[in-house]
Amino acid sequence: MPTFVYTDKCDGCKGGQVTACMYICPHDLMKLDTTRMKAFNQEPEQCWECQCCVKACPQQAIEVRAYQDVVPMGGACIPLRTEQSIMWTIKFRDGEVKRFKFPVRTTSVGSIDPYGNKPGAGNLNDELLFTEAGKTLLKI
Amino acid sequence: MAGTFGDPEIVELQKDILIIGGGMAACGAAFEAKRWAGDDVSILLVDKAAMDRSGAVAMGLSAINTYLGEQKPEDYCRMVSADLMGITRDDLVYDVGRHVDDTVHLFEEWGLPIWKAKGSEDVLLKDGGKPVRSGKWQIMINGESYKMIVAEAAKKALGIENIIERCFIVKMLLDKNEPNRVAGAVGFSVREHKLYVIKANAVLLVAGGAVNIFRPRSLGEGMGRTWYPVWNAGSTYAMAAECGAELTMMENRFVPARFKDGYGPVGAWFLLFKSQALNGYGENYMTKNADMLKAFAPYDTATVVPTCLRNHAMLKEMKEGRGPILMDTPTAMKKLAETMTPKEIKHLEAEAWEDFLDMCIGQAGVWAGMNIRPEETASELMPTEPYLLGSHSGCCGIWVSGPEDLSPKEWQWGYNRMTTVKGLFTAGDGVGASGHKFSSGSHTEGRIAGKAMVKFVDDHKTFKPEFQKSVKEITEEIYKPVRNYLEHKDKTTSEDVNPYYISPKMFQMRLQKYMDEYVAGVSTYYTTNAKMLVIGLRHLQWLKEDSANLKAKDLHELLRAWENYHRLRTAEAHLRHIQFREETRYPGFFYRADFPNLDEANWKCFVNSRMNPETGEWALKKVPHIDLVEKHYGGQKH
Ligand SMILES: Cc1cc2nc3c(=O)[nH]c(=O)nc-3n(C[C@H](O)[C@H](O)[C@H](O)COP(=O)(O)OP(=O)(O)OC[C@H]3O[C@@H](n4cnc5c(N)ncnc54)[C@H](O)[C@@H]3O)c2cc1C
Ligand code: SF4
Ligand code: SF4
Repeated sequence: MPTFVYTDKCDGCKGGQVTACMYICPHDLMKLDTTRMKAFNQEPEQCWECQCCVKACPQQAIEVRAYQDVVPMGGACIPLRTEQSIMWTIKFRDGEVKRFKFPVRTTSVGSIDPYGNKPGAGNLNDELLFTEAGKTLLKI
Repeated sequence: MAGTFGDPEIVELQKDILIIGGGMAACGAAFEAKRWAGDDVSILLVDKAAMDRSGAVAMGLSAINTYLGEQKPEDYCRMVSADLMGITRDDLVYDVGRHVDDTVHLFEEWGLPIWKAKGSEDVLLKDGGKPVRSGKWQIMINGESYKMIVAEAAKKALGIENIIERCFIVKMLLDKNEPNRVAGAVGFSVREHKLYVIKANAVLLVAGGAVNIFRPRSLGEGMGRTWYPVWNAGSTYAMAAECGAELTMMENRFVPARFKDGYGPVGAWFLLFKSQALNGYGENYMTKNADMLKAFAPYDTATVVPTCLRNHAMLKEMKEGRGPILMDTPTAMKKLAETMTPKEIKHLEAEAWEDFLDMCIGQAGVWAGMNIRPEETASELMPTEPYLLGSHSGCCGIWVSGPEDLSPKEWQWGYNRMTTVKGLFTAGDGVGASGHKFSSGSHTEGRIAGKAMVKFVDDHKTFKPEFQKSVKEITEEIYKPVRNYLEHKDKTTSEDVNPYYISPKMFQMRLQKYMDEYVAGVSTYYTTNAKMLVIGLRHLQWLKEDSANLKAKDLHELLRAWENYHRLRTAEAHLRHIQFREETRYPGFFYRADFPNLDEANWKCFVNSRMNPETGEWALKKVPHIDLVEKHYGGQKH
């Protein structure tokens, strides 16, 4: 189920060196064709269909179509993700459409304060993690 | 100086701690180590991808599979041991169990939505909120952004200036003066023409499990739709083996039975919908084959029948022509309709779709493309191609030192989660003989290792890493595939077919073919024997020789070349361990047809291996197994 890019929607991330889709793909698949300034999947048979690139594309130019060596044509799973939730549109081959919406995060993006209100480093020689300061650890 | 493809810029760095990987374990390590390190100890994290979406959790997850809550670490040890047929390290498992809830509480604080039972909707887990459990150890989450949340905390803790993304590490580098001591690592950027040679006092190798070393069931576009993440290439095991670290239980593999073709999770259907899996003739293959499983006593009477034994029963039906195996979703939904309102059922259905959409979107695509509606159509199940991993339902990996306060002396030689190579640590998929850590346990184990590494660095302040080889020699080795390409590409009219080099893609396909055919892949129903393994090994040795001729036409292909080299080394370790263990301990995962039985008297032990980094020779041995926690099966002590 590899990704593909709609020619008319992709703007090459406005000529940036690293596009959003290239930046995020965990498998280094999305590539910018610098003559056309359009992105494409350079190894479709290596795509995990994680849709990380789809969710990251600012133009919603990327979609995933089912792998044709396995799945009949016509279905689709299309996400629309905001910082707090994700909306899925599932299109069946026979035309039925289902929609689902799920939360993704309870705090705002960028708000994590990893060490705020947490204990400092304790005793480096015991087995307690720093957030467990003062606890008694279980033993077998 | 900006580098070029043929002449990369060499970037030499020196750090106290180097973290290789940016997944769950790496994020845990970064968060914990930085707190102990303060500003005195320098830490660098390198990930081959972007941390926001790298590793096995890139797509998200729909559950945290390890959260103890009211349960005891002892019981957790029992569950892990039973599922892995009795051979696990209680010290390591217990250690994860006693720390893991603290980590889950952090996830919730950072913003991960965790489902709560009625009555405690707004109460945090740490304040006594009751999670919705989908199993004894699992809790449900809305986990689409799980990795982004965990990465945000790690990045903020470490500081982005201490992180290099898109850097693929190829090799550990040993120290020149101290034998069996890690001194750093080398890797290259996939974005710029830069080669990183990094000296370090302590190194954490947490590059995930191994995928695509076996021929997958789908061979066209569907090839990338593996169950475990297609991008984890066994780097952890390969790099550890190559620098002489002792590996353990590399014969163990995981073959999940999942929805056919999309490999979507089945857990929600079993647990939430109480659905049954049946053979093609409507028979429950577990009850039907209960007698057959007695040959694997006492494990067949564990509270939850071990995953491999469930596969074993399923495979019997398939082999004898009573397929397909079907998840009977229509009957399950009909039954639920008797006690639930349509609104409640609709809600449950949305939850089932979320199970796919949060961690296996491809499965939703298969259902949509095939018009599968669970209330109308039953769905086929299929065991996948084999995967190697140490954090999910498998336990291959590296042999590590355990915690001082739990481990017997044989399992403790210094620092928690340090391998047998001084200064080299691991966690998550890297630690062997302690499966079922999952996302939360891997993060926790990364934290444990993170603290231990700071202590290690504190104790070894005077260490001055020096490499055995010169930077020039190291560079030439890493850039060999580029040299091969540039030297030979114009000798034939088509770059792709050239007698002087092999493409990473063909290299991978050859590896997969021979692993599949000789080392118990899907085409032999996971069956092999000593004679087949000899042929398999010969093919891997030829591949090893041919790896000197791998080519790379660009940085992307250089990445693929080294990933596939890592796959090869991992595959070899797997093969040699299967060859050594003369019994069938994990039926349903693989069969030694020449030793078809469980042999508790001779093989209730770890198998450890070490490749001598100087000679390349492998040595395998049995290591006695000890139960630190008393085990019970079917109410019986064992
Ligand atoms: C489909 C699926 C379902 C799962 N379901 C659940 C679930 O429901 N609940 C649960 O708790 N867990 C689940 N898990 C398991 C969980 O994701 C893993 O246990 C966990 O992610 C392992 O952590 P890790 O750090 O060892 O590896 P990973 O998280 O995979 O991280 C590996 C990291 O190493 C990097 N890397 C790899 N090679 C190199 C290299 N050579 N150089 C530099 N960097 C490299 C990768 O980019 C990545 O950042 C699931 C996993 C999958 C794939
Ligand atoms: S992220 Fe979208 S717009 Fe940007 S290059 Fe990729 S496909 Fe084009
Ligand atoms: S769907 Fe995932 S694997 Fe495929 S191109 Fe996009 S980010 Fe990469």
